[in-house]
Amino acid sequence: MSIAEPADIAATHPGQDTPLIEMRDISIAFGGIKAVDGASVDLMPGEVVGLLGHNGAGKSTLIKILSGAYKADAGTIRVNGEEVTVSSPRDAKRHGIETIYQTLALADNVDAAANIFLGRELLTGWGTLDDATMEAETRKVMSRLNPHFRRFKEPVKALSGGQRQSVAIARAIYFNARVLIMDEPTAALGPAETKQVAELTLQLKKQGIGIFLISHDLHDVFDLADRVTVMKNGKVVGTARTADVTQDEVLGMIISGKCPPAAVAGPGALRS
Amino acid sequence: MTEVAPAPAHPVQERKRLGDHLREIEFDPRMIGMVAALAVIWLGFNWLSDGAFLTPRNLWNLLVQTASIAIMACGMVLVIVTRNIDLSVGSMLGFVGMMVGLVQVRLLPELWGLEHPLTWLVSLLLAMTLGGLVGLLQGALIAYLAIPSFIVTLGGLLVWRGAAWWVTQGQTIAPMDSRFRPLGGGVEGAIGTSASWAIGIGLCAAICLGAALIRRRRKRFGFVLRPLWAEIAIVGLGCAAVLATVMVANAYALPAGVARRLVEAKGGTWPEGGLSIGHGLAVPVLVALAVGVIITFLANRLRFGRYVFAIGGNPEAAQLSGVKTRKVLMLVFGLMGVLVGISACISTARLNAATNAAGTLDELYVIAAAVIGGTSLAGGVGTIAGAMLGALVMQSLQSGMVLIGVDAPLQNIVVGIVLVLAVWLDGLYRKRLS
Ligand SMILES: Nc1ncnc2c1ncn2[C@@H]1O[C@H](COP(=O)(O)OP(=O)(O)OP(=O)(O)O)[C@@H](O)[C@H]1O
Ligand SMILES: [Mg+2]
Repeated sequence: MSIAEPADIAATHPGQDTPLIEMRDISIAFGGIKAVDGASVDLMPGEVVGLLGHNGAGKSTLIKILSGAYKADAGTIRVNGEEVTVSSPRDAKRHGIETIYQTLALADNVDAAANIFLGRELLTGWGTLDDATMEAETRKVMSRLNPHFRRFKEPVKALSGGQRQSVAIARAIYFNARVLIMDEPTAALGPAETKQVAELTLQLKKQGIGIFLISHDLHDVFDLADRVTVMKNGKVVGTARTADVTQDEVLGMIISGKCPPAAVAGPGALRS
Repeated sequence: MTEVAPAPAHPVQERKRLGDHLREIEFDPRMIGMVAALAVIWLGFNWLSDGAFLTPRNLWNLLVQTASIAIMACGMVLVIVTRNIDLSVGSMLGFVGMMVGLVQVRLLPELWGLEHPLTWLVSLLLAMTLGGLVGLLQGALIAYLAIPSFIVTLGGLLVWRGAAWWVTQGQTIAPMDSRFRPLGGGVEGAIGTSASWAIGIGLCAAICLGAALIRRRRKRFGFVLRPLWAEIAIVGLGCAAVLATVMVANAYALPAGVARRLVEAKGGTWPEGGLSIGHGLAVPVLVALAVGVIITFLANRLRFGRYVFAIGGNPEAAQLSGVKTRKVLMLVFGLMGVLVGISACISTARLNAATNAAGTLDELYVIAAAVIGGTSLAGGVGTIAGAMLGALVMQSLQSGMVLIGVDAPLQNIVVGIVLVLAVWLDGLYRKRLS
């Protein structure tokens, strides 16, 4: 029984049409552990949805299904109302879904440009790698995130945690994503860079890009997200507009699974 | 993978060391270390052998003997960069060599008659195809069935050595086709002095042109350029190495009888006091050089190479970026097989016979060459040029010890110790760098 039926979406988004992304009743198990259990989330164009929950709640696993890293055991994914199968990262990228992974997923031994263009290299007319153009583009996109960044020639292994994170973010935003998944994108960033990412998020939102934001910083999430979806033990506790709930209520959802009245309860909600 | 020590975002003090200067001119300091090691080995043996090491004759033979291992080392670099290993190359060489011998000596003469002008080419293509197929098969088991490469190629080591015996029930096949034999070097495999000069000058022109094109391109994008002096020094060193090699090869005189036949074949007369005609570059050395250039191009300039390195750095990241990691992995082993095929032809042609023991222990020399050349067994790091230099270092040690009369068992002991020492030093160097 899914709780968030299309009717509920209409309730939470009055006046808007088809969602950019709809994930319905997604389940996946790793050898008996139900990492995600019948979870449903959706995302509108130009909307930021915060995904919250304990460590191990299943947030990363859920979004990895959307980004093509895992294949769900059950459930459907719709992009712009059309049902799609996302069976590889390539599929996801074809649908305009870009991901900043919690682990960053960088090849440590090659430089920033090689990482940003990995799998989508720019080629010269001869079919060889166009490193010069890739480096030039990398300089452009990195200057939006981290204007002081200079170490373009070095393997990303030699970069600081925050610089590496900037590279991972640059890779996700460079290719004109329609949907951006950010799994704890600012965990390693300093305050200035975090602010830069926050500004960038709002800027991208204005361009109509939908963003899933996973973060443990409730404060950040309330600043940026239009809605939050809380997960617990692989199940969705509930979804609420940030304008309708307080941080304490959301904290209650995360810790005890108790759904406040302003939220749409999911299958993981504590029954009272 | 363990030394991911995040460096500070903005180095507080800009202390410049030699390493920084070298990095500024984009030159790998490890390469300088290798060349220095080679120089020490050469000078050392020359001293111990009373000047017999640094003679055109010895250096010419040294290069010819290095070719087969150097070619396979190019493929092994890519295999090791992807965090895999190929223990089967020696046995594969034996098997492919036997098949080539069989086709060339038994099958083709029956079909086309002896000494057909295409026999050598068919043999070479057959060897590359067969090697490639064997490599692809092993690669498929490793990539798609996820069997560790150590196990698959350990199995391959036994299987292909056994198969090499099976082809002729252990019989040696000889002699080889006369147009095939130049692949192995020797007098018939020397291209002569004028052709050598032409190739040498052509290579120098290519080096200069390449450097100029890259510089122009970087300038157009407004990137930092190497200082001009460094650029000229590097290009100059490259050209000097090429020309020196040509000069040495040309200084190694052909035996008088061969030279005389050569002169008379061209309609000239053999002068009274004799005439010194140089060998010139050897075919296997040119083949190795061509392989080195092609694989370097593949590794640095094509998508395939970029994927190979990315997989070695972080297989999961490569996969999440949409790289078809399994296909790339299979192709890497396929390429390794093709190179083994080429080396099989070179060894068979050099011996002028196909024997089922050909290539025994080659896997160890090939892996050692790659590792001495700076390829990290942890994956993700390695250069083709380094591996080829590594092969030259190994062969120099071996030839030098033969020259000064070291017993065979002691030779192995020395090579083994040098391998361990080289990897240890390389590790120390890497740690200091990071
Ligand atoms: N590849 C995997 N194999 C086995 N179990 C896994 C795998 N990936 C995740 N899990 C399990 O699934 C559950 C959910 O993990 P997930 O990484 O999605 O949590 P999360 O909500 O992102 O946590 P965090 O806040 O710590 O990042 C955990 O119990 C984890 O152990
Ligand atoms: Mg997570």
